[in-house]
Amino acid sequence: MKPLYWLIRAAALLCLALSLAAPARAEGLLMARSQQMFPEAMTTLQNAITARGYTITRLQEVNENLAKMHFKSDMYRVVFFGRYDQIDALTRRYPELIPYLPLSITIFAEGNQSIVVAMPPRALEEMFPDPALRPVFEGWQRDYQAIFDRVRETTGF
Amino acid sequence: MRSVVAFALLLLVAVQQAVWADLPDGARLFAQNCAVCHGETGSGGIGVPLSLPSFQATVSNQYLAATIRHGRPGRVMPAFTQLSDAEVAAIVDYIRSWYKGAPPVFSGAPVKGDPVHGKELFAAHCAMCHGADGQGGTGTGVTFSRPRGLPIMPPALNNAGFLAAAPDAMIRSVLIHGRAGTPMISFLKAGLSETDIDDLVSYVRSFQGEEKAPAAGSVAGLKPVLVVQSPYDLKTTLANLTQAINSDNFFVGRDQPVEYGLTTTAKANPHQIIVYFCDVPFLNKALAIDPRVGLFLPCRITVVEHQGKVMLMSVNPEVVSRLFNNSELNALCKEMHDRYLAIMQEATL
Repeated sequence: MKPLYWLIRAAALLCLALSLAAPARAEGLLMARSQQMFPEAMTTLQNAITARGYTITRLQEVNENLAKMHFKSDMYRVVFFGRYDQIDALTRRYPELIPYLPLSITIFAEGNQSIVVAMPPRALEEMFPDPALRPVFEGWQRDYQAIFDRVRETTGF
Repeated sequence: MRSVVAFALLLLVAVQQAVWADLPDGARLFAQNCAVCHGETGSGGIGVPLSLPSFQATVSNQYLAATIRHGRPGRVMPAFTQLSDAEVAAIVDYIRSWYKGAPPVFSGAPVKGDPVHGKELFAAHCAMCHGADGQGGTGTGVTFSRPRGLPIMPPALNNAGFLAAAPDAMIRSVLIHGRAGTPMISFLKAGLSETDIDDLVSYVRSFQGEEKAPAAGSVAGLKPVLVVQSPYDLKTTLANLTQAINSDNFFVGRDQPVEYGLTTTAKANPHQIIVYFCDVPFLNKALAIDPRVGLFLPCRITVVEHQGKVMLMSVNPEVVSRLFNNSELNALCKEMHDRYLAIMQEATL
């Protein structure tokens, strides 16, 4: 009976270890390649942002500003977004966070595909080590990851 | 007893399946970690075109694995320290699936040459692409979003990651054979002797220990936000800020509450106003160095009135820059840091 008990226990521990194995990522920027062309990828990105409960506040048209001074660039946008209640509460209590708000994700064309890039919210943990902020940054990190996964996985029109 | 045995067997089967399912999937790992820069099919982009036959023919699996593991400090390619050895090997296998030939294997033995003569040869034949000190080409790879003069960025030969990954025999092989489809020619065909090539290898190896790329990634010790307190009220500070921005050759785009677009104008907090501005030629220069600089865009300083004090605040570009692993961008962000501070100080004089 005893060997069986240990066998089951070892197997259960192995299962637990496997289930806890986190996906590997390099530190640095959060990036994803979309197989969609820029207009479709832009739509996917905006839908993914709003699906996580955020409001898009504005789109910064980078390539248009470059073109005005005759610099060449493919389509390039910065998408700003946030949740009013959260930003209102955070900026009142932690004004030092203001320069990093509202949240943003950059998207630009890369041939027939598109690239999205953002500062990983988890990077803010090192900059603002207040433990009360950690759940906020972790929540944003999960949302960003979900948004980036959707952009990466969505294909076609 | 029977039910316990049956349960144990079922559990073992489940564990075995889980183990198989958990074996690293090179294609998936490549898509998650590499494709964004190197392209889905290794055609290149911000990163090197890994599927290029002449590239595949001149690098060993060990070089690929070491490159994934160590990255290129200060040259965009991050070090994937979180990947297990099995995951790195799976990615290497996947990259190799684009190549029909056998992967080359190189000796780890040092090539003996004359580095002094190698230095002369380097200045004459290599420096025009790889830089006088082997620092490599500027900017990132073949980003299709920007006009580029070269189909591939010449690598930084003085980079610690490169020197750790590339054995002398591999560098020698690249010099002898070149890389078809890139500006890297065969220097044997171009007239150098094998002894000359050994001297060149010896000189490139001499960069080891003198690498100039700074470590990138950590933000420890740097303040994430630049803050300057204003002696004026919010309205006056805002007017001063606009004037200071204009006098530093930026154009002011707009100013708006931080909560703009999230609520009604009447409800938005009037004590937190962002001023957006831009120096387009500077932006163009930054995009050429790294196409991902959208994180900084547009330039902005926020005027904040908090507990009776008026402050000017901005991100610290030097802190955000560390996330890019791009030492060229670090230099530009230092300049931006100084410009932000100068504007804020002028506005609060």
